[in-house]
Amino acid sequence: MDDLINEFITETTESIATLDLELVKLEQNPNDEKILGNIFRIMHTIKGTCGFLGLPRLQEVAHASENVLGKIRDKKLVATPDAITLILESLDNIKGLIEYLSANGAEQEGDDHVLIARLNQFADTGVVGDAALATAKTEDVAPSAAANGAYAHFKGDDDPEMAAAIAKLEAEMAAAAQTPVAAEAKKPEPEVRAAPPKTKAKEAAKDEHGEANQSIRVSIDVLEHLMQTVSELVLTRNQLLQIARTNEDKDFMTPLQQLSYITSELQEGVMKTRMQPIGNAWSKFPRLIRDLSIELGKKIDLQMHGAETELDRHLLEIIKDPLTHMVRNSCDHGLETPADRKLAGKPETGTVTLSAYHEGGHIIIEIVDDGRGINIERVKQKAIENGIASEAELETMSEKQIAQFIFAAGFSTAEKVTAVSGRGVGMDVVRTNIQKIGGAIELDSTWGKGSKVAIKIPLTLAIVSVLLVEAHEQKFAIPQINVVELVRVSPGSELKLETVNEALVLRLRDRLLPLAVLSDILGHKANTKDLLQKEMTIAVCKVGAYDFGLLVDRVFDIEEIVVKPVADILKNLTVYSGNTILGDGSVIMILDPNGIAKTLGNIETTGRAQTAVTDTAMSEREAAIGFLLFSLGNASPKAVPLELVSRLEEIDVSAIEIAGDQPVIQYRGELMRLVSLGRDAKMPDNGKVEVIVFTYDKKVIGLVVDEILDIVYAPFAIKTSSKEAKELGYIGSMVIAGRTTDVVDVAYLLSDIIDRDVSNMVQFKHTSHCSLLLVEDSPFFRNLTVPLLSSAGYEVTTAEDGKKALQMLSKKHYDMIVTDIEMPGMNGFEFAASCRGMPLVNGTPIVAYTSNISGDIMKRSREVGMSDCIMKTDRPGLLQTISRCMSSEKEALQ
Amino acid sequence: MSQAITSSAIEPALDVHDDSGLYVTMRIDRQLFGIPVKYVRDVLRQQKITSIPLAPKEVSGSLNLRGRIVTVFEVRKRLGLPDSASEDKNMFVVVELKGELYSLMVDSVGDVLTVSAAVVEKPPANLDGEWKEISTGIYKLGSELLVIIDIQTLLTI
Repeated sequence: MDDLINEFITETTESIATLDLELVKLEQNPNDEKILGNIFRIMHTIKGTCGFLGLPRLQEVAHASENVLGKIRDKKLVATPDAITLILESLDNIKGLIEYLSANGAEQEGDDHVLIARLNQFADTGVVGDAALATAKTEDVAPSAAANGAYAHFKGDDDPEMAAAIAKLEAEMAAAAQTPVAAEAKKPEPEVRAAPPKTKAKEAAKDEHGEANQSIRVSIDVLEHLMQTVSELVLTRNQLLQIARTNEDKDFMTPLQQLSYITSELQEGVMKTRMQPIGNAWSKFPRLIRDLSIELGKKIDLQMHGAETELDRHLLEIIKDPLTHMVRNSCDHGLETPADRKLAGKPETGTVTLSAYHEGGHIIIEIVDDGRGINIERVKQKAIENGIASEAELETMSEKQIAQFIFAAGFSTAEKVTAVSGRGVGMDVVRTNIQKIGGAIELDSTWGKGSKVAIKIPLTLAIVSVLLVEAHEQKFAIPQINVVELVRVSPGSELKLETVNEALVLRLRDRLLPLAVLSDILGHKANTKDLLQKEMTIAVCKVGAYDFGLLVDRVFDIEEIVVKPVADILKNLTVYSGNTILGDGSVIMILDPNGIAKTLGNIETTGRAQTAVTDTAMSEREAAIGFLLFSLGNASPKAVPLELVSRLEEIDVSAIEIAGDQPVIQYRGELMRLVSLGRDAKMPDNGKVEVIVFTYDKKVIGLVVDEILDIVYAPFAIKTSSKEAKELGYIGSMVIAGRTTDVVDVAYLLSDIIDRDVSNMVQFKHTSHCSLLLVEDSPFFRNLTVPLLSSAGYEVTTAEDGKKALQMLSKKHYDMIVTDIEMPGMNGFEFAASCRGMPLVNGTPIVAYTSNISGDIMKRSREVGMSDCIMKTDRPGLLQTISRCMSSEKEALQ
Repeated sequence: MSQAITSSAIEPALDVHDDSGLYVTMRIDRQLFGIPVKYVRDVLRQQKITSIPLAPKEVSGSLNLRGRIVTVFEVRKRLGLPDSASEDKNMFVVVELKGELYSLMVDSVGDVLTVSAAVVEKPPANLDGEWKEISTGIYKLGSELLVIIDIQTLLTI
C-alpha cells in the first residue's frame, strides 16, 4: 500500500488514541483550555491530512468534529457529557473507517451523513440529537426502513400472523439499534491499552498484511538514555586521555588508545541511529506541492537545498508538522495566482525554497517564497481586533516585530477559512512546538516580494570539535568548523596589527581583516596600544561570507566536546552558543562566531552566501560587503570597497617627490604615485598624511586622504549618482552606517596609471548603465568580483551556475557576460556555447574569468565565441577587457 | 523586611502550592523562606564556580555537578540585598526547573518542614517589593515568618 497512507494510518491511530484519553480528561475538566486546545489541534491535523490524501469520507467526519471542537474551544458551546459522547462517537466512526482503510487499502463506501448531521446540529444549536434512532440508521438501513414501512402499513390490522411478524421485526429493529453501540463500545479498550502516547515498543508483527518490516520501533527514551550514556563515556574517555598525557605511563597508553578508538566508533554509531537527513521530512513535499498547485490553481516550483543536513530524529519528527504548515501557508497565502503574478511583473510560477544548514550548534531551516509577503497593515488591524496590542504600542514597533504577531494564537489574516489553512490554529502551534525543543522561529517579509520563515533548532546532541582558547585567564571554545587558520602577530614580524582609527585590523595576504579582541568582548577592555606591543594569536574565523580575526591571549588544542545548551536565563547572550564540561571537569563557554561578528559593529549578517541569487532586489540587498570609510575635504564621508584596498599607510609629506609632474613617493622599492580626489584636494605642506594603497600588477597607487575613519559592512546599493560625481571620481553615493557616503570609483583611480588609450578610459567611465551578468559558482569569488565591477559602474547581477544564468538570459538582455570556467554541472565553455543560440544574447560579449589560462583554454574560448579570457588574479585586466569589449561592441553597433 | 503583621490583613491562600506540603527552608539575610521539595535536587557547600562574562549580575557563573552544568544564581542580588558579609560561608540549594539546574546561593539551609496548604496565607500587602514578587504565600512559624517562594518568578530576571 502507499507509503503515505501507511504512515497516515499509524499517525492517525495514535492521534485517536490520544484523543480518547484527552476527551475523557476533558469530561472531568470541561473548562480546561489546554486540553481543549490540544484536542482541537489533533482533530484539525487529522482533517487536514485526510483532505490531502483524498479520503473524503474521513475528511467530512473530521471536519464536522473539528467544527464542534472549535466552537467548544472558543466557548460558544459547552462540553456537556452528551457532547463528549457525540464526539467520542465520531472518533469511533473515524477509527472504524481507518481500520477498514488499513485492511482494504481504500476508503469504505458510504457516508456518515447522519453522524455529520448530528455534529452540525450540535454545533448550530448546542443540542445533541437523538442517539438511538440515528445510530440505528447508520447501519445498513434497508431492512429497518422496509420494516418501518411495513409496520405503518399493517398498523391497523389485527391479523395475528402479521402482528407476530411485526413484533418480530420490532425486536430486530431494537436489536439493530443496540448492536452498533455495543460493538463500537468494545473497540476503545484494546486501543487505549496498547499505546500510551510516548512509548512505542511494538514489534513488526503488527502487520497482518504480510508486509514484513525490516526495522523495529524503539522507544525514544531508550535511545535517549543510550546517547546520554555514550556522551558520558566520551567525557570520561577525554578525562583519561588528559590524565595519560600528564602521566606518561606507557602501559596504559595502548589499551587507552584502543578504548578511545572504540569509544569514537560507538559514538558515531549511536549518533547515526539518531541523526537523519532533513530530506526525510521533505520527501513528502513534492507531492504536497503538486497537489496544492492543482487545488489552488497556482503554478508552484519547489526548490530544496541542503536536504542532506542531518538532525536528530526526534527533532525531525517534531518539525515535520510545522514545516508542512509553513509550506501550505506559503502556497495558500503567500504565492499569488499566475494572473496576479503576471500583473506584478513576476514569473507566473511561484517558487517555494526550502533550505537547511548547520550553524554553530544549531540547524537553520528556511522556507522562502516569492509571493506577496505579509500585509503588515492587516496584521496591525488583526492585532488590535484580537486585543494583542494597542495602536500606541504598534506605533513603536518595527515592521518586522509586527510581523511576528502572526504567531499569536487564534490569529489569521486570511480572508476566508479554507480547508488548507486559515483556521487561525496553525502558526501558534508551530511556534509552540518549536519552542518546546528549545528552538526559535522568525518571520521576515517584504510586501510584494515574498516571505521567509527561519527556524533555528539546537542540535542538543552535538559532539563537536572545538578549538580551546584563552582570554583574560579564562578558557573558551570555538567550533573548529568556523576557524580557518591561526596566525601569530608580534610588533617586529611580517604580520603585525594595524589600527584604523582605533579599530584593529590585520593585513593578511593583501586583505584587511577586521579584528575582534576576545577580552574586550567579554568586558575587559584592553588598551589598544598595549595590544600592538604584545605577541598575540589570532584565530581567523569564517562566518557565512565573512572573515574576521579573533584576537586571543593563548591557543590550546582541539578537543571533542559535548555541546550543552546555555541555561534559559542566559539565552540572550549572543556571544555564546552553548557550554560544555572539559576532560578536567571544568565548565567552559562555547563562543558563537556569529555573535562575535555582530560585535564588530554595523555588520548586517547575511545568512548564507549561497542564497539562490535571482534578479530580484531581495537577494541583491542581502549581500553586504566591507567598506573602508575615510574623510577627504568637505563634510560627507567617502568609502571604498575593502576588498580592493591593499594597505593603509602614513607617510611623511616631506618624503613626497615629483616625477614627471606627478607626486610620487618611494615605497617598498617601488615608486608609488599619489593621487587625490576632488577638485580642491591639496596636500598639506608638512607633517603626515594618511594614504590608502591600491596595488595591481606590481604597480602601486596611493590615495591621499584626510583621515581614515572606520571599516563598515553594508549592502552595496548606490542610491544616487551624478555626472559631477563621476567626473570627480565617484561612482555615486549610498548610505553607510546611517550617513550619506560617496563611493570612490576605484577603476577611475586605477585608470590614472594605466598607460592605455585614454579615450577608452573615458568611455569606460560612462558605462554606468550597462548591465553585466556574472556567472560564478564560488561565493568567495562572487564577493570579490562584484564590488570591483560595481565600483567600475556596472549594474551587476550574479548567477551561481550556468543553468541559472541561461534561465536569466532567457528573460533579460545583458550588455556583458563574465563567466568562470570551472563550475559544477555546466562549465563555462558549455555555457557560452549554449548562449549562442539565444535571442537575447545575440552579440553580447562573453568574457571568461578563470583561475588558470593555457593555450588550450584560449583556443577553446575562441571556439565557443568568447571575446577574451582573463585570469582571476588580474583584476584590473578584467575591467580593461570588459571596457574594451563594450566599446568595440558599441562601435560595431554604430 | 517588616516582621509584624496584623491578622486582619490575612486571607486564605488561593493556590495549592505543593501536593505534599513539604518545603526545604533556608535563610537569606536572616529571613526564612521555603521552596517546595519537589524542585530541590541537592544541597551543596562552596563549589568551584566558572564565571560567565557578560552574564547578568544575578548569575555568578556555572559549575559542574556530576556531569551536569548548573547555573549559579545569587538570590541576594535578585532581591536587591547587599552581598553577604562572609564570602565562604555560603550554602547552595540546587533546584531543577524545566529540565535545567540552578544552584541558589543562600546563607544557610534549615530543615524540611511540613506546611499544609490550609495554613499558608497570602503575602501581606506590606511585604517588601522584591520578596512580594517572588512569594506565593507566608506561614507563621512561631515567632517568625516563613516566606514560600515561587521558583519560576525567582529565576526570572
